[in-house]
Amino acid sequence: MTAETVQPQQPLLRVQDLKIRIQMDNGVMNAVDGVDFEIRKGKTLGLVGESGCGKSLTSRALIGINPKECETSGTIAYRSSQEPEAKGEALDLLALDPNGRKIRSIRGRKIAMIFQEPMTAFSPMYTIGNQIMEAILIHRTKNKKEAKKLALEMLGKVGISDQEKRFDQYPHEFSGGMRQRAMISMALSCNPELLIADEPTTALDVTIQAQVLELMKRLQQEFGMAILLVTHDLGIIAEMCDEVAVMYLGKIVEQAPMKEIFRNPKHPYTKGLLRSMPRLGGNKAKRLESIEGSVPIPVNMPPMCGFYDRCKDRIEGVCNRQSVPATQISDTHTVRCFLYSDQKGGQ
Amino acid sequence: MAKPILEIKNLNKEFKVKSKKALFAKPASVRVLQDISFHLMEGETLSIVGESGCGKTTLGRCIVRGMNASSGEVVYRTEVGESVDFLKLKGAESKRFRKDIQMIFQDPYSSLSPRMSVFDIISEPLIANFKLPKAEVERKVAAIAEKTGLNVSYLKRYPHAFSGGQRQRIAIARALITQPRLIVCDEAVSALDVSIQAQIINLLKDLQEQYKITYIFISHDLSIVENISDRVAVMHLGKVVEMAGVDSMFKQPRHPYTEALLSAVPQPDPDLKKERIVLEGEVPNPANPPSGCHFHPRCGYKTERCVKEVPALREIGDNHMAACHYAEQLTLRGAKHERGTSDEQ
Repeated sequence: MTAETVQPQQPLLRVQDLKIRIQMDNGVMNAVDGVDFEIRKGKTLGLVGESGCGKSLTSRALIGINPKECETSGTIAYRSSQEPEAKGEALDLLALDPNGRKIRSIRGRKIAMIFQEPMTAFSPMYTIGNQIMEAILIHRTKNKKEAKKLALEMLGKVGISDQEKRFDQYPHEFSGGMRQRAMISMALSCNPELLIADEPTTALDVTIQAQVLELMKRLQQEFGMAILLVTHDLGIIAEMCDEVAVMYLGKIVEQAPMKEIFRNPKHPYTKGLLRSMPRLGGNKAKRLESIEGSVPIPVNMPPMCGFYDRCKDRIEGVCNRQSVPATQISDTHTVRCFLYSDQKGGQ
Repeated sequence: MAKPILEIKNLNKEFKVKSKKALFAKPASVRVLQDISFHLMEGETLSIVGESGCGKTTLGRCIVRGMNASSGEVVYRTEVGESVDFLKLKGAESKRFRKDIQMIFQDPYSSLSPRMSVFDIISEPLIANFKLPKAEVERKVAAIAEKTGLNVSYLKRYPHAFSGGQRQRIAIARALITQPRLIVCDEAVSALDVSIQAQIINLLKDLQEQYKITYIFISHDLSIVENISDRVAVMHLGKVVEMAGVDSMFKQPRHPYTEALLSAVPQPDPDLKKERIVLEGEVPNPANPPSGCHFHPRCGYKTERCVKEVPALREIGDNHMAACHYAEQLTLRGAKHERGTSDEQ
């Protein structure tokens, strides 16, 4: 690896002004509306938000696997430290042809992804071993024997015992937790620099979830990869992430190091989310605080704060009149709320 | 003094499964529920927790009679104090009590018919159970819609026009319309987003206070369970392995499985340092359960005795029941992470 060609402060991936628009019958939906973030080498960025906030679309845009209806704009600058991209120059993943040779050499090889539902991510028609081997044969070696050896080794790494037998089994013969492990082993079989994990444990039991999270942490240390963890569960964020970006209605409303988000949340939405989560050992008699209302659908939205209708601290005439700029409140903490902005009547 | 509303005695449920060995082999049977016994007091919330496949949903369904248990008793006490065993009811007689026990399902996207308007969905149980004039039905539906936070002017719409949280409110309204005494909530908030989850939990609590409803709350989310329940039953492979008041259980669990479940919950608090107990392996197959204590292959405290002898569910003290040979000796960690663990027995 030619690490010296990359300046240490350069992020592995820098997303700037990512927008995803979807044409609907009744107008244009701004599903992702100007998202900026960075992922640093070997670190974990958590993308939290409720369903429909655009977190999955954002993560999928990175490797260009969104459906054709998504009009995507912005830049996704990818700086690999692995050959052959390691020339110090960033590569704009969005500018690549989504079906072209270049993106295909990155997708699955340098940037791998694991999905929420491992039953749908595997083809039911091929054995698990065959599917893991396929990834290796495309990206790493042409030798089938070697590929099989690597695949078996990966299955062992994710804690699947009796690999030889498991290798020839079909996905339906695996339990949910084991399928998720197998998917992780497939994703990591090409030693990626970035792993995108979209709700990797949502379909699993807490006990199995604990296993899979431990496994991901261990493998991250072993392989030194960065992780983009997409989830709605703040508990998982607290255990796994270095940085957190909170998404609401297609925008990142707050971004900070993980501990900062929990100790010192600024945005009313982040505060609301943290308060509405029941916690173990919490006060039982207390009512849960909820965020009133529900997430609006971002079709033909005028420029305004998307959280306006549900926000307790809204400023009439300000928050519903214009779109909200991001405010840097410290070196590492940004928030998109007029309460912290100098512009236009914020306090 | 609260009276019991439901008593379950030695409930068993078996499913026949096709044998994999030969095409015409006798079907094998899987015991999904094994000797479940508990009682439920009026107005309380009993939560049933456990991993998928532990039988918690089957238990819920046996109570609402979505399926019939293989053996045992489900004794329901009516308002006038009459005791009825659901398993012995026949034909029309069994219909009488349907209105008293309702169910709310996990997925509000598949539990509501897309071809019925919200008004039809909510009024259907009313029409099925009571003979009421149309105006009266309309009045009741409007009243319940308001109670559950639905806009009355939206009742003519169809479910697709509503969000997940709104749909779950419709499902709750439908369950409430017959003025049930017991509602079985099967993962009723699992499919919802965090901020909506809190709304629905609060709604369920308010309704309980107002109408004195008894809940059986089936869930895998222990943080929610702690918030909503009075008592908790932990199920593992078709058996209740621990049952106690919520505070007692979360402060000091008596079964290693409960301890592991509690420690596995990710906490939204980065300052909380805790040692997590990661259970090795998977949930055993109920068709071929392990010998002795069903939990022993995954248990960190197991001894020879656990492999051979099946532990019975017994009283440990203070209405706390556990099915572990060493329930008294073990000091297990609860949810607050203040206690140390000790392996001495």
